[in-house]
Amino acid sequence: MTTVSWSSEPGTSRGPGPFLSVRDLSVRFSTEDGVVHAVDGLSFDVEKGTTLGIVGESGSGKSVTNLTILGLHDPAHTEIDGEIWLEGQELVGADASALEKLRGNRVAMIFQDPLTSLSPFHTIGRQIGEVYRKHKGASKKEARDRAIEMLERVGIPQPATRVDHYPHEFSGGMRQRAMIAMALVCDPDLLIADEPTTALDVTVQAQILDLLKDLQEQFGTTIILITHDLGVVANTADNVLVMYAGRAAERGTVREVLSKPSHPYTWGLLSSMPRLTSSVDVPLTPVRGAPPSLLNPPAGCAFHPRCDFPQLVGSDLCFTQRPDISPENGHGDACYLTLQQKRDIRTGDTEEQA
Amino acid sequence: MTSFLVRRVVGAIVILILISLITFYLFYAVPRDPARAFCGKICPPETLELVRHNLGMDKPLFVQYWLWLSAIFVGRDFTQFGPCPAPCLGYSFATQQPVFSAIVDRFPVTLSLTLGASVVILSFGILTGMLAAWKVGQPLDKIASSSSVIGASLQIYFVGPLVVFFLVDTLGLLPRPSYVPFTEDPLTWFVHLLIPWVVLSIIFTANYTRMTRSQMLEQLAEDYVRTARAKGMSGRSVFFRFAWRGAMIPIITIFGVDLATLLGGAIITEQTFTLHGIGELAVRAVQNTDLPMLLGVTVVGAAAIVILNIVVDVLYAFIDPRVRLN
Repeated sequence: MTTVSWSSEPGTSRGPGPFLSVRDLSVRFSTEDGVVHAVDGLSFDVEKGTTLGIVGESGSGKSVTNLTILGLHDPAHTEIDGEIWLEGQELVGADASALEKLRGNRVAMIFQDPLTSLSPFHTIGRQIGEVYRKHKGASKKEARDRAIEMLERVGIPQPATRVDHYPHEFSGGMRQRAMIAMALVCDPDLLIADEPTTALDVTVQAQILDLLKDLQEQFGTTIILITHDLGVVANTADNVLVMYAGRAAERGTVREVLSKPSHPYTWGLLSSMPRLTSSVDVPLTPVRGAPPSLLNPPAGCAFHPRCDFPQLVGSDLCFTQRPDISPENGHGDACYLTLQQKRDIRTGDTEEQA
Repeated sequence: MTSFLVRRVVGAIVILILISLITFYLFYAVPRDPARAFCGKICPPETLELVRHNLGMDKPLFVQYWLWLSAIFVGRDFTQFGPCPAPCLGYSFATQQPVFSAIVDRFPVTLSLTLGASVVILSFGILTGMLAAWKVGQPLDKIASSSSVIGASLQIYFVGPLVVFFLVDTLGLLPRPSYVPFTEDPLTWFVHLLIPWVVLSIIFTANYTRMTRSQMLEQLAEDYVRTARAKGMSGRSVFFRFAWRGAMIPIITIFGVDLATLLGGAIITEQTFTLHGIGELAVRAVQNTDLPMLLGVTVVGAAAIVILNIVVDVLYAFIDPRVRLN
């Protein structure tokens, strides 16, 4: 049963706003153990032609959010609240045929593991071509030519031969290229890349990210890049959204979030990364504790059990009141610490490290 | 493909030789003496010797086996029965009939029974399984799933007579099961075998319903199915074009294994409906200690299963491009 609420009728348009706007999105799954609050009151915007990097641990709701944009959850077990506007079209509660027309056409998605994500039973060319046939009404011949063109565009050598091969005859990097070719075959406005490089080795990873960047420059595609790798975000994204327990912890431009992080969780993420400049003997500092259960998330700020600073906030705000991201626009975070307190903690940090 | 077939055929020959060898030695491990049975109740020792000689049982076992084996390819001259051209499986101890022609006479009955039941099992089992997966959790799924459990426990010798009683004797809807050669009258062949087919396939169909359902559900949860949906493919095309292929692979594999059981079931079915097939020959051969007939039936039955399994493997490669035959 899908309980959906929206402020206006689905399919109606709204005045010019951001290219993609997610407003107060909540996604709950009913499981045998209870209701999982996978996404809980998430809002963010993406401007046309930019790349938004979404980072966070496993289970922070990154993938769930993006599958919701495409309406790919099983409606029988999912409850969705909130709004998702894509250029004035409301996607939450949109009917199946409207979503089918959208998927692979205006909004395309690439997944983490290109081997399991491609059908083992059909040739690469057919899998690329059928998207084109479905959405553009192309003939078999046109679809095949388009598939070859796309394979060439994503840098697969001998595309005219490769088009008739099966996924198992491709290497990991090639498969992901083929996957990207498939996603871009209809020139989508929005590309959602769900950990596109996690299953690839480092050199291939760099090639794939470069490819995405090049394609974006050429075609002005808007990209949402889901990753848990801050290095990938630093190289590719314009804006960053840090997610924790299904909510936004921090949001801003890449420069703001990576060089002036303001949420304790982002600090933790950044200090858990190895640095080339530090000595190899210095142990990494992980974020202590484990991600919270989304069946029964902690009251107040979901991060408080792992946070070192609730006592600085003074009252029991962190334990009882859920923080919202502030300020409304620009660089913001969901934390009760004052700017001064954050500055003090950060300088202390740097002193410690020095 | 050719090298695959050559390899499989060579393998099949080795298997058939092993099966015949084991059957042969097992037969001699049984303490009953076929020569004595052949000779009759009052049997003087010299007649017994003569019978033994005529049956070729006075020679060492491996010589007997070799004579039997070579006769298949080059034929054999029996002092008692006269020449037997290749492929010769010898003469029945009990009826003195050439074994090969006896099997050729009966084989179409068993083959019709097995193939017909296979068609029912696969089409009906897969269809209901897919329907159950399509409507998962809904009443249709529950009916299909629970009736498949009931079906799996309905034995041939129990259901067979019941069906005949109701459909033939009481309602007169169908003729009493019998065998009319397909080449003579396809329609009569079909109508008369309908009850045996359905009865033989009930147990198996239930299994295939359950398997298809669970395989489909498993495939629908695969990443590549999610990709297909993310591409904008409709639910129906995802179900029938993508998930179906993956679900069929384990089903075909299991079917290859089930063929042997199905042939065994065909023998029970023949007994239940008194159809004169290979099964009847086999049962009688065991009762009569009829070595040539027993060997013949065993080897022909095994050959049928081995050949059908090769067909299954070829089919497999057609469905899954990752399986290369070479």
